[in-house]
Amino acid sequence: MTKSTRNPSELHERREQRLMLLLLAPALLVIVVLLVLPLLWLAWQSIWQDGRFTFAHYERFMTDSVYWLAFLQTFRIAAIVTLLTVVLGYPVAYVAAGAPQRWSILILTMVLLPFWTSVLVRAYAWLILLQRNGIINSALTGSGLIDAPLRLVNNEFGTVIATIHILLPFMVLPLYATMKKIPGELTMAGASLGGSPMHVFLRVFLPLSLPGLIAGMVLVFVLTLGFYITPELLGGGRTYMVSMLVSRNIEVYNEWGAASSISVVLMICVFLVFRLASLLIPFERIMGTR
Amino acid sequence: MTYRLCMIALSASAAVFLAGTASAEQITFVSQGGAYQEAQTKAILDPVAELLGITVNQDSSPDAWPVIKTQAASGKIIWDVIDTPAKDCIRGGEQGMIAKLDFSKIPNAEKMPAAYKSPYSVAYEFYSSVLAYNKEKFADNPPKTWADFWDVKKFPGTRALRNHPLATLEAALLADGVAADKLYPLDVDRAFKKLEELKPHVSVWWTSGAQSAQLLADGEVDMEMAWNGRVAAVVKEGAPIGYSFNQGFLQYTSLCILSGAPNMETAVKFVNTALTPDIQANFPAYIDYGPGNPEAYKTGKISPERAAEMPSSPENAAIQVLVADEWWSSPAGEDAQKRWASFVQQ
Repeated sequence: MTKSTRNPSELHERREQRLMLLLLAPALLVIVVLLVLPLLWLAWQSIWQDGRFTFAHYERFMTDSVYWLAFLQTFRIAAIVTLLTVVLGYPVAYVAAGAPQRWSILILTMVLLPFWTSVLVRAYAWLILLQRNGIINSALTGSGLIDAPLRLVNNEFGTVIATIHILLPFMVLPLYATMKKIPGELTMAGASLGGSPMHVFLRVFLPLSLPGLIAGMVLVFVLTLGFYITPELLGGGRTYMVSMLVSRNIEVYNEWGAASSISVVLMICVFLVFRLASLLIPFERIMGTR
Repeated sequence: MTYRLCMIALSASAAVFLAGTASAEQITFVSQGGAYQEAQTKAILDPVAELLGITVNQDSSPDAWPVIKTQAASGKIIWDVIDTPAKDCIRGGEQGMIAKLDFSKIPNAEKMPAAYKSPYSVAYEFYSSVLAYNKEKFADNPPKTWADFWDVKKFPGTRALRNHPLATLEAALLADGVAADKLYPLDVDRAFKKLEELKPHVSVWWTSGAQSAQLLADGEVDMEMAWNGRVAAVVKEGAPIGYSFNQGFLQYTSLCILSGAPNMETAVKFVNTALTPDIQANFPAYIDYGPGNPEAYKTGKISPERAAEMPSSPENAAIQVLVADEWWSSPAGEDAQKRWASFVQQ
């Protein structure tokens, strides 16, 4: 026994650590039983079939064009959605953070309002708006702006629009939280030192809002990777995302191993995205804990 | 006092309950749920239960196949009779998960055409994939055949097909001039080549029946292949939609029994009674899907007008193509399904 263990403050600290662990135990147990174990089971299924190890399900990523085309389309849609939510969300968050409180509450409520409507309902709402005889096409053809209705839905375009609508709050909220913490004095100081508004924004405000921006981008990108209902309903059958590849492998081909391997690869992709983002800003900031 | 009364009442009801489950025969019947299973309950399940004096417990699964596999793998067989596409009964039978039917105990199936039966399954209910079109768009000259459906010059307009090769490949081959009685085994390469032609003009590949109905009702597409029940529902709502059974693809779901079913004997009795022409003739009163036993049309229970709307009436069956489940459950059929994914994606 060394002397330090008898140190009362250290003993106290240990007791506190043990208590914390005890408090964490239920949540930890739930995560292990309901998340970690099933995920391990999933990974196991992708390499173990009929009593032996196999990498056949992973080899398909090399040989089967359906696989990498689905991943390609999923990543492309995720990139487009992320980019457009930045374009749409940044100004909204900027105005909300700078406005008087009652205005910012109003703006944030409007951002969150659609959030409380089911994804399914919103997909159908977009269908009503975007389809051939839908509200938008009727208005455009009725006013003589176009001769034939535009193909706005049942393709990647419609999928992207509806996905942006669903994920916009995930961009606006982290941005708003970060912008709210940027002291107004800093931009004022920048202006008083002779910087033009644009210059101040680019050199002072934008860099300080970067953590929120990256957090929002990571959230939107990762959530899009797993989208299912929206592309299924609005993609017209030709938008083929990874989640649909998983479901089709189970429903149509009854290939649990293949479905598991696709899920594992998608999960690794998500981890890689988080890893990349954490090189830019600390992980805790992405999750909004600090 | 009250306590005692309560105990007496409780034990009495428990005794009744136990006696009830012990003496009455029962089976667990599984179908696909929704309006379809509700209609069956009134048309078939309740009358059969009453006739045999058995209890029919119900379960539903949109796709029974994965559940059959799981029950067989775990050795815990819970289901007795399932209503599912014949191809699952056949491949399940070949893998030892579905029991061979003893047709000597199913006399009601005797007069059914051989094509409606397999060693493991017997037809229960018919539906059809038909060509539906918008009447306002085409007026007097609607597309009537799959060759018309493929003819984008003579019949301009938006089109939809199911996001699945079954019946779609058959339609492509008919459009390409293959005779209806020479379809099987399908020339898959030729079918995909013909589909490739039409692909730029197909605006939606639908995945659910509800979606196919919505596409017609909202005027999103001018013509599509869809299930007759869905089309009939849209017509009933007053949408300007027309369809005919000409060159339709007749498909059916079958009854089959799980290997090691807990109530095997009652299950066989159930299957036989469910195929009674008089009970089968109840189907058209509740839903737009036709009886599996054609004898039902001879009972006089189905009016000629209603029979004309039924996919399995002898007149309509004669102008349709019966989809070959054996081909679709064969390796060639499974390969065609796998090839489908890369076809729609590219």
